[in-house]
Amino acid sequence: MRYSWSTLMAQAFRKHRGWEPAWAERPLRSDYDIIIVGGGGHGLATAYYLAKNHGVKRVAVVEKGWIGGGNVGRNTTVVRSNYLLDGNIPFYEWSLRLWEGLEQELNYNVMVSQRGVLNLFHNDSQRDEAARRGNAMRMHGVDAELLSRDQVRKMAPFLDFDNARFAIEGGLLQPRGGTVRHDAVAWGYARAASALGVDIIQGCEVTGIERDASGAAVALETSRGRIGAGKIGLAVAGNSSRVAALAGLRLPIESHVLQAFVSEGLKPVIPGVITYGAGHFYISQSDKGGLVFGGNLDGYNSYAQRGQMPTVEDVCESGMAMMPMIGRARVLRSWGGIMDMSMDGSPIIDTTPVEGLYLNAGWCYGGFKATPASGWCFAHLLATGTPHDTAASYRLDRFARGALINENGAGARPNLH
Amino acid sequence: MHIHCPHCGSRDSGEFIFHGDAAPKRPDTLDPVDFVEYVYMRDNIAGWMDEHWYHLRGCRQWLVVRRNTLTHAIDSVTLAAVAVL
Repeated sequence: MRYSWSTLMAQAFRKHRGWEPAWAERPLRSDYDIIIVGGGGHGLATAYYLAKNHGVKRVAVVEKGWIGGGNVGRNTTVVRSNYLLDGNIPFYEWSLRLWEGLEQELNYNVMVSQRGVLNLFHNDSQRDEAARRGNAMRMHGVDAELLSRDQVRKMAPFLDFDNARFAIEGGLLQPRGGTVRHDAVAWGYARAASALGVDIIQGCEVTGIERDASGAAVALETSRGRIGAGKIGLAVAGNSSRVAALAGLRLPIESHVLQAFVSEGLKPVIPGVITYGAGHFYISQSDKGGLVFGGNLDGYNSYAQRGQMPTVEDVCESGMAMMPMIGRARVLRSWGGIMDMSMDGSPIIDTTPVEGLYLNAGWCYGGFKATPASGWCFAHLLATGTPHDTAASYRLDRFARGALINENGAGARPNLH
Repeated sequence: MHIHCPHCGSRDSGEFIFHGDAAPKRPDTLDPVDFVEYVYMRDNIAGWMDEHWYHLRGCRQWLVVRRNTLTHAIDSVTLAAVAVL
């Protein structure tokens, strides 16, 4: 069913009793051309682009829990492409362009809201860094504006401009950045993929990867039995190491917990996304009015989707230092998600040493904004066997080659990226 | 999460710095393949893992903490200087 004004009108006259499920529950087949493991944003987007761009007919997405129940439902919904390094900017800009047309593409309201992303700076060296990053972005055709203190004050007068230690000197603004409703992204891709014939299999946990005599991956062992596969794509960020280990692979990844927070609903107070430069803190306001914010990783390996109080304190302190009025809002809830923290802070979209097994992993805590391009590029890799141009740097062997993409310059310490 | 430091007693985890899996050992060769494994590759264990923690805001000693990454439960804490892994 295509969503439009006329279907909405027709349903309104029928008291909304005629809506159909957004995606189909189809029986599990015994084998597929391509199976994507992981029914999150990246997995569903990959399946959609496999069917749409490459015409692959028999595609399945298998998901251990329910679709959209992992990190695509646990992030802080920010989309942007304000990166510094050559390997990253074209990819994230491609993602942002896909976001800009996604609602028309999927015929689904994912609430893309380009309210702007503002990175504050607090001293001269940070201003230099912001100017350098802004210039790098503009050389790749990405929008960036260096704002003075007065321009920032006009946008966000509530910030603590005269903070004794970290006075605000200006900011780097990406006007096309913003937020997207994260759950709707999973549902929109699932609906569009299902309409193209992709089977979405929920409640199906992968327990093994079957390999033939040559070592190639040929099937999945799952909680719902064996499923044959021409190719297998892993999109299970957070648990990449565990699933890859089923095929005997070790990855340059650690799993870490990242917390996020939302306040009670407030009237509109924050114009876009604002990030603090003197600590790690970012905040935006959802369309429901809640302030959505977060900060650093807890900093230790974890597969538990919950964090600890020291990080809560640190995030709230940073928030208070940046915009003291946040102290008057009450935190409604907080939660944790498990991040695939790679050793250089950048993702991996590549083939693996195991024939027939492909990897989409290591998204650190930047995976949500990458969803459309990640799906696009992973589908390209799965269908053609060669990396997509914009994701050509995200190779698994870059660690051995010394071709790291390290935005933070933090070295092989996943908890510092 | 509280870590029972052998010198300082039970202390909040916020006093400590995490330094990852204690298992990788610096290779005794100059083989780049071994070094890539040592520097970049991790088992990323789901379950009990021996980890290096540094008691920065305490006795400033390196510890080996056996901790469960699925539950955050801590089984044992030893001084790294005397730990035999």
